[in-house]
Amino acid sequence: MILILEQLLNGLQYGVMLFLMAAGLTLIFGIMGVINLAHGSLFMVGAYAGTLAAAETGSFWLGIPVALITAAVVGFAIEALVIRRLYARDHLDQVLATFALILLFNQAITWGIGRQPVFIAIPETLSAPVELLPGLFYPPYRLVIIAAGLLVAYGLYLLINRTRIGMLVRAGATNRDMVRALGVDIRLLYTIVFGLGALLAGFAGYMSGPISAVQVGMGEQILLATFVVVVVGGVGSIKGAFVAGILLGVVDTMLRAFLPGILRGMMPADQADALGIGIASMGIYLLMALVLLVRPKGLFAAGG
Amino acid sequence: MKKLLTAASFLALTALPGWADPVKIGMITTLSGPAGYIGEQIRDGFQLAMDREGGKLGGKDIELVVEDDALNPGNGRQIAEKFVNDMDIKLLTGIVFSNVAGAVVPDVVDNGAFYLSPNAAPSGLAGKGCNENYFTIAWQNDSLHQATGAAAKALGYKKAVALAPNYQAGKDAIAGFKRMFEGEVEEIYTQLDQTDFASEMARIRAANPEVVFQFHPGGIGIAFLKQYQQAGLLGAIPMVLSEPSIDGVILNAVGDAAIGLKGTSHWAPDFDNEASKEFVAAWKGKFGDRPLTYYAQQSYDTGLLIASALAKANPEDADAFRTALRAADFKSTRGNFSFGPNQHPVQDWYAVEVVKGADGKPTTVSKEKIIENYGDIYAADCKM
Amino acid sequence: MSTQSQEFKSLGLKVAVALAIVVLLAVPFITDIVGGNSALSLITRILIYSIAAASLNFVLGYGGMISLGHAAFFGIGGYVVGLLFVHYTDETPLMGVIPGTNQLLITIPAAIAVSGLLALIIGALSLRTGGVQFIMITLAFAQMIFFFFVSLKAYGGEDGIIVRRTNEFLGLNMRDRLTLYYVILGFWAVFMLALWRLIRSSFGTVLRGMKQNERRMAALGFAPYRYKLYAFVLSGMGCGLAGALMANFLRFASPDMLHWTKSAALMTMVILGGVGSFFGPLLGTAAYLVLETELAALTEYWQFWLGLILMAVVLGTRGGLNALIARGVALIFRGRA
Repeated sequence: MILILEQLLNGLQYGVMLFLMAAGLTLIFGIMGVINLAHGSLFMVGAYAGTLAAAETGSFWLGIPVALITAAVVGFAIEALVIRRLYARDHLDQVLATFALILLFNQAITWGIGRQPVFIAIPETLSAPVELLPGLFYPPYRLVIIAAGLLVAYGLYLLINRTRIGMLVRAGATNRDMVRALGVDIRLLYTIVFGLGALLAGFAGYMSGPISAVQVGMGEQILLATFVVVVVGGVGSIKGAFVAGILLGVVDTMLRAFLPGILRGMMPADQADALGIGIASMGIYLLMALVLLVRPKGLFAAGG
Repeated sequence: MKKLLTAASFLALTALPGWADPVKIGMITTLSGPAGYIGEQIRDGFQLAMDREGGKLGGKDIELVVEDDALNPGNGRQIAEKFVNDMDIKLLTGIVFSNVAGAVVPDVVDNGAFYLSPNAAPSGLAGKGCNENYFTIAWQNDSLHQATGAAAKALGYKKAVALAPNYQAGKDAIAGFKRMFEGEVEEIYTQLDQTDFASEMARIRAANPEVVFQFHPGGIGIAFLKQYQQAGLLGAIPMVLSEPSIDGVILNAVGDAAIGLKGTSHWAPDFDNEASKEFVAAWKGKFGDRPLTYYAQQSYDTGLLIASALAKANPEDADAFRTALRAADFKSTRGNFSFGPNQHPVQDWYAVEVVKGADGKPTTVSKEKIIENYGDIYAADCKM
Repeated sequence: MSTQSQEFKSLGLKVAVALAIVVLLAVPFITDIVGGNSALSLITRILIYSIAAASLNFVLGYGGMISLGHAAFFGIGGYVVGLLFVHYTDETPLMGVIPGTNQLLITIPAAIAVSGLLALIIGALSLRTGGVQFIMITLAFAQMIFFFFVSLKAYGGEDGIIVRRTNEFLGLNMRDRLTLYYVILGFWAVFMLALWRLIRSSFGTVLRGMKQNERRMAALGFAPYRYKLYAFVLSGMGCGLAGALMANFLRFASPDMLHWTKSAALMTMVILGGVGSFFGPLLGTAAYLVLETELAALTEYWQFWLGLILMAVVLGTRGGLNALIARGVALIFRGRA
């Protein structure tokens, strides 16, 4: 029972991380109609910028604003230099241009910082596991990630539903052309949305640094899962990204944790392990295929 | 970085017209992507071996050509074709990954050139698929983990949890560990692109073994070690590791979470022999603080081996050169070194422990010898 | 456009095709004289990848289906050759019933059939969606197949299958690079001819019509789902052929062929050359592979320059290299773009 609870927390934490990435991507997708493969590069930029700042200042917490600002500035820059030229193009041109961006970012990091993964420690106060329930020890840093993710989700909810920008974002996700026709400064809106997405990706990247590795290509590892979340949740829907992120995080974690064990009850151990991990690897893709077959536009498609 | 004609050999060439052409060595390695640091280590380690003789190996001028395979077997093959067919290179080395080696090595040896592996040694090329022009100066993939199994057994552990990614090298790792550990092993497979191991940590805690063995190369290994500490398991359940999980770069990125880990290795930076001391000093002199790994050491050894063979024959004289290579007549940084019947190393394996180094960063120190003169299990299948 | 210029264009095309055939036949002699043997294998790879790219372009450019999963068919084609070879050398039947073989005349049709079957299954499910969802669902299926082969320990898993000898074909010496080149060129020519006729057939017309206006074609009595599925299957078969040839050329099949980055690379080749044009994929493949090879030889940071060039092409040209060349030709012949 405790094991299940712990794995649920793990799934929640992974899901929150996916949500942080997917929130920006789904808005960029839904509002501007741009497929941005380079979203993972912003994840990496945030991680590197924050990590270098933390190493320089000796404080993990000072790394956060640096990660956020750097990612947002880089986001603004690529929006102005590249993405802006792609709004009127088809998806294929967008795929190629943003794929080129990935190459540029990875090589720039290799060039400027080097090929070795960079070290980032967990803040001292969060390093010792805490006992949540009798027998349930949990790393407090992960609890912080969960809390931060939920906070961001709530903040986005307020932003989207209570502000003028949020209204335009909602309108943009539902009917892009109509918003443009109404005389809204669509270019400014696009820049803001892209910058916001970049900022969230940079945040996710930096927060994941202490639990994984800060290295070249780290963004591509999470990029595919993020796209899955966006599509399952429904393009353009923040709510969808949240629900799908948590859902996929939990499903992925649970499959990995328990499927081999369950299958062992039915077949020889080595076969069960091979089949179990095989299905678990495919898990999120399988889930996406199933969701799309039932609801071709995803769970919470934002009209249009 | 196509032609790394060193200044010294260039001068020698121009000063002495009619002198023998330099020996060309082609290096295909992985320099881009997350694993790029490994190729960098291999390239730089080899260069150090050349620097030792002022740009020569075995007294002969060397022209080293380096190209990035981007971890893509097709690219590796294309570069090899160019090296062998167009540039007339008879001596190739440098590949990091087994899958690139699988696409490149058979073609290279079929064309009469030599391939000397500074890292990858897949089982497919160690047994029935062995070839007289293919040498490995690192280790066969299985041996690495067998040594760790033996170490865990020697430490008196009976019940282990073994973790590795669900792919060939991962399965080989666990099989190798089990072969020599002989105790009770629960296997947990992870995914190759996984960066979050929270769920595995929970399973380890639930299984409560005496020891944990895990094999996760590169970045995922860094993530695993950090999360092991964060889950509070580092102090509770000891961990044994094989070499790729505790290379210098990984230790540097993991930080204090690595202190106290036990592992096995065929080399560590503190080895007390002339060749190793010279190598470590040369590395510090040239690269300063940059972490040193066994990838660079293996590549350095490859350079020394080539030097010993070039002193006796040229690669164009294939039979004489092959005989010279087989003799392994060089002072290896790991001390004891010879070739088995499949031209893979026969060497000693040591227990190592991760401690805090003089500079505050974790480093490995060697302990007792675990296995002596060990080759690999595929050697018997090799008929040359 | 006047009939005169159309005639002029078709004449120009015929001349260009005739010229291309002569050049391709003469390639080994040219590379032999110039002294670049690896140029021959580079051109062989271009031929093979251009089959895959042209197949992808068939659904992408003519059918408007953006598939990010075509590496699945390419890889399956390669694995059919690899698996049959393993069982040929082991002298054990595959899955207990299928005997192994090393005959190209069996492995190629088998690869085409298996990848076609796979395309039928994936296409039948994926075509229920559209747009971005279609991109992602094809990717999802390809990833599942990738993970399947990675965990297939019996066949090398991640390390792949080494095909020690190229398949045999009509008693030719397939170890000879020249022979292998001409055999692959033969398959390439047959494929290109078939594709040319397919695109100009009524089927091709309907497919293009659907890309422009699916509803109108449906109203005319053509069931979009069926037509698109046929196109998807044909495209998968083309990729399977390319994969089988690649496994024979590299003498190696590995999950690398199935990885999503391979799908992305194929797509890059198509876009680089020009989506929806017959010669675009060939141009794009050639440009991509030549760039990759030459840049890597120049600098270890070659991916940076590749990125810059790709960016310049996509932002600077509309319709890829094909459009760029067409505009250049128009400029020369008419004095204006």
